[in-house]
Amino acid sequence: MTSIQKPPVRHPSLQANSLGLTKRDYEGAMSTLCAGCGHDSVTAAIVQAFYELEIPPHRAAKMSGIGCSSKTTAYFMRQSHGFNSVHGRMPSVASGANAANRDLIYIGISGDGDSLSIGLGQLCHAIRRNVDMLYLLENNGVYGLTKGQFSASADVGSKSKRGEANVQRPIDPVLLALSLGATFVARGFSGDKTRLVPMLKAGLRHKGFALIDVISPCVSFNDHEGSTKSYRFTRENYHELAPVDFVPLQREITASTEAGASVSVTMHDGSIVRFREVGTDYDPTDRDAAYAHVRARQERGEIVTGLLYIDESSSDMHETANTVARPLVDLPYDSLCPGSAALDALMDEYR
Amino acid sequence: MVNDFAFKIATVNGTGSASANGLLMQAIYRMGIPVSGKNVFPSNIQGLPTWYEIRVSKDGYTARPANVDLIVALNPATYAKDVAAVRRGGWLLYDSSWPLDRALRRDDITILGVPFGNMCVEAFAGDRERTLMRNIAYTGALVALLDIDMDVVSEIIREQFTKKRALLDSNFRALHLGYDYAKKNFSCPLPIRLERMNATRDQVLLDGNTAAALGCLYAGATVGAWYPITPATSLMEAFTGFCKRYRVDPQTKRNNYCILQAEDELSAAGITIGAAWAGARAFTSTAGPGISLMSEFIGLAYYTEIPGVFFDIQRTGPSTGMPTRTQQADLLSIAYLSHGDTKHIALFPSNPAECFYMSVTAFDLTERFQTPVFVVSDLDIGMNDWMVPRLTWEDSYRPDRGKVLDAAQLEKVQRFSRYLDVDGDGIAARTLPGVSPKGAYFVRGSGHDKHAAYTEDSAEYREVVDRLARKLKTAEEAVPAPEIRRRNGGSSVGVVALGGTHAAMLEACDRLAAEGIEVDYMRIRSFPFGTAVREFLDAHETLFVVEQNRDAQLRSLLAIETGIARDRMIPVLDYGGLPLTADFVTSQVARELEAHV
Repeated sequence: MTSIQKPPVRHPSLQANSLGLTKRDYEGAMSTLCAGCGHDSVTAAIVQAFYELEIPPHRAAKMSGIGCSSKTTAYFMRQSHGFNSVHGRMPSVASGANAANRDLIYIGISGDGDSLSIGLGQLCHAIRRNVDMLYLLENNGVYGLTKGQFSASADVGSKSKRGEANVQRPIDPVLLALSLGATFVARGFSGDKTRLVPMLKAGLRHKGFALIDVISPCVSFNDHEGSTKSYRFTRENYHELAPVDFVPLQREITASTEAGASVSVTMHDGSIVRFREVGTDYDPTDRDAAYAHVRARQERGEIVTGLLYIDESSSDMHETANTVARPLVDLPYDSLCPGSAALDALMDEYR
Repeated sequence: MVNDFAFKIATVNGTGSASANGLLMQAIYRMGIPVSGKNVFPSNIQGLPTWYEIRVSKDGYTARPANVDLIVALNPATYAKDVAAVRRGGWLLYDSSWPLDRALRRDDITILGVPFGNMCVEAFAGDRERTLMRNIAYTGALVALLDIDMDVVSEIIREQFTKKRALLDSNFRALHLGYDYAKKNFSCPLPIRLERMNATRDQVLLDGNTAAALGCLYAGATVGAWYPITPATSLMEAFTGFCKRYRVDPQTKRNNYCILQAEDELSAAGITIGAAWAGARAFTSTAGPGISLMSEFIGLAYYTEIPGVFFDIQRTGPSTGMPTRTQQADLLSIAYLSHGDTKHIALFPSNPAECFYMSVTAFDLTERFQTPVFVVSDLDIGMNDWMVPRLTWEDSYRPDRGKVLDAAQLEKVQRFSRYLDVDGDGIAARTLPGVSPKGAYFVRGSGHDKHAAYTEDSAEYREVVDRLARKLKTAEEAVPAPEIRRRNGGSSVGVVALGGTHAAMLEACDRLAAEGIEVDYMRIRSFPFGTAVREFLDAHETLFVVEQNRDAQLRSLLAIETGIARDRMIPVLDYGGLPLTADFVTSQVARELEAHV
């Protein structure tokens, strides 16, 4: 069986962005995931976000590990380079690629197995390095490709398809990221594209490591009664902290007086993230408060979604390393080699 | 005995003896006399035995000596073993602040006592300074005993301590304490002594890790990823030092490089591969345990055809093994590292100079063949100072980036297919991310066809892996050829070795010849083996394969790859963790030949 390419059909009524590209130009190969998979909805939201941000597809790089979620990098932006690496190790590959070419926009797609079990160390250290990338964790609490084993994000008491209950405590990527000092932490739901798209856009524009944990139900192995990662359970128990609007830099003036906006955060490139109707008791720039809020809601059995924490002031990997602004891959060899005279002089020090 | 002897200094690590020992070696080198030093140190920070072996050889032999003429025994814990290493008629220098230990007594050597401890207690204040200066005091005694040029020693001390006035004075005082005592109480110099020569003028004293780091600098590497591990740590530390010196943009004061200390070797491998995929020259340095961890990523890079240079500074395995001892025991695992059918290009430098040149070659080969390349060094080459010819550089050098299509070239092709063999050499053109939408493709470690699309089709799968085999076949003749030294007219006996044993091998060949045993010698410089390797094996009736591992790994590799019967190659194996001696090779080969006649 080979991969399935989508026919390049373009409907005449399709709108184009300022690059002259339609949403179709941001799509990829046909998804081979199960019908109804949450991941396909996330893919659609990614297409929407890149289209609206007007990012030239070839200036983006799609990074992934292994698993159902990691396969999805093939299903959007066929004109972008993609890198489907080894299980749990995408963060290091993305770190290396970013070290070499800081000008590309990196989007990493991972899952709960890839990120929270085999790749937990790599995720933690990518957060510590604050690699400039959007890291999407498509979270379904289950190993899909190997047919239904619990993952490390499965809640205690959540039941498998065969009826057995999970007993080990889950690792919550949001709490993990907050405690590790992540500079952008959000949770979304694949069934709520309207709220997911602005979150993705803000994450893509964030300078540093942006983690979005997306509850993305597995229709084949974890969408039954008794599962806490099913569509039904998630729909019934998720609470959006506050819808966010992402206002790109160039559009700021036209959207500056949105009614009801209570908190705005200016991003590194001048874009603005605006939290609508956020309660006065919540400050998305207060890490400890964000942590406490998520924990308190969890105790009540609620899943808090939304952009939970944002810090636009921290240094990313390159700022910490004091790397030149120009991508290292673009530096001419002449500027990298000290030459024969320097070597000759240096040799005098080894005698 | 003039300019032809060896001596060993036995101390406790963490007491500062390393700098005194380095000073001795450097002084001899500056007297123009060929010299080599082997630091035999523990995997420990303070309190365990450590030795420094210095060999002086007017003929330029730099291999580790089998025994020594003089021992400086300053570690009571190893007295018995140390004094046993001295040849009959040799000398023992010990600290006579205490009565001569029973373990140090031998009737067939000359015993010289200097009260180093007492001298330093009287002359210096504080435990630390007394301990440190004891090392300089024994250096002073050796200066007198071996006739080391005092002016040269003084010059080096002045260079080291110009900015630390107090230390400079202490060092000179300690030096003269030892020197004066020896002059007054012994008949100096001893029969083993030094005389100025002019044999080191175009040479430098350099360790392999520093040289390899310089190679990476000159090759234009911009991304280095690593996880600290002995004996590879000093490679990336040296690279960092050179980058701070030569790679900071003069205008912006920002770095033309990015070095990432990763959380483990898996990540270091991933960073290297990610950076190389994006178009940088990237590398990592590690040792055996790191190689094991990198295995999965190496398979990915092989199958998806991504470059990357991997330095393996071999140490004694298996497992943690002896981290501060040397070995050549990663050969088989590197040749076919990772699951599935794989084969990798590996280069085997024999000394620090070759570490420099082969690092550059490694970057060219990895980009040309779009596959990981290993530079397989070892602890002895990597961490010891070797006397090698001054490194030189051709300014006309330009990196071989291999087949990389730019935006303009992509415009001309109908459809870009990442794994399509257009030229018949097994090497397909690659593209870099960010360059052109037409060059986009999907890297996947899963089954893929020549267009980089997912496949589970047997024929499509085989088409790709068969081409990979063809690519590695092409590499056989592109990698560095073996160095072959034939005796006049050629011998029926061939000796094969690789890597850092070269120094001992050259000496062994000469010594065998002196005993009337003429052997031809081949030093393998790379893997996969080319035709020259096979021809050498074919052309010799009796073959010896000398290597530093228990299981004759090189012999196995030669048998697998060339089809030459394993039993036709006699293994000569030294795997105790110390650098090879010519004695060992000479005696093993001579014995085997005698048995075969």
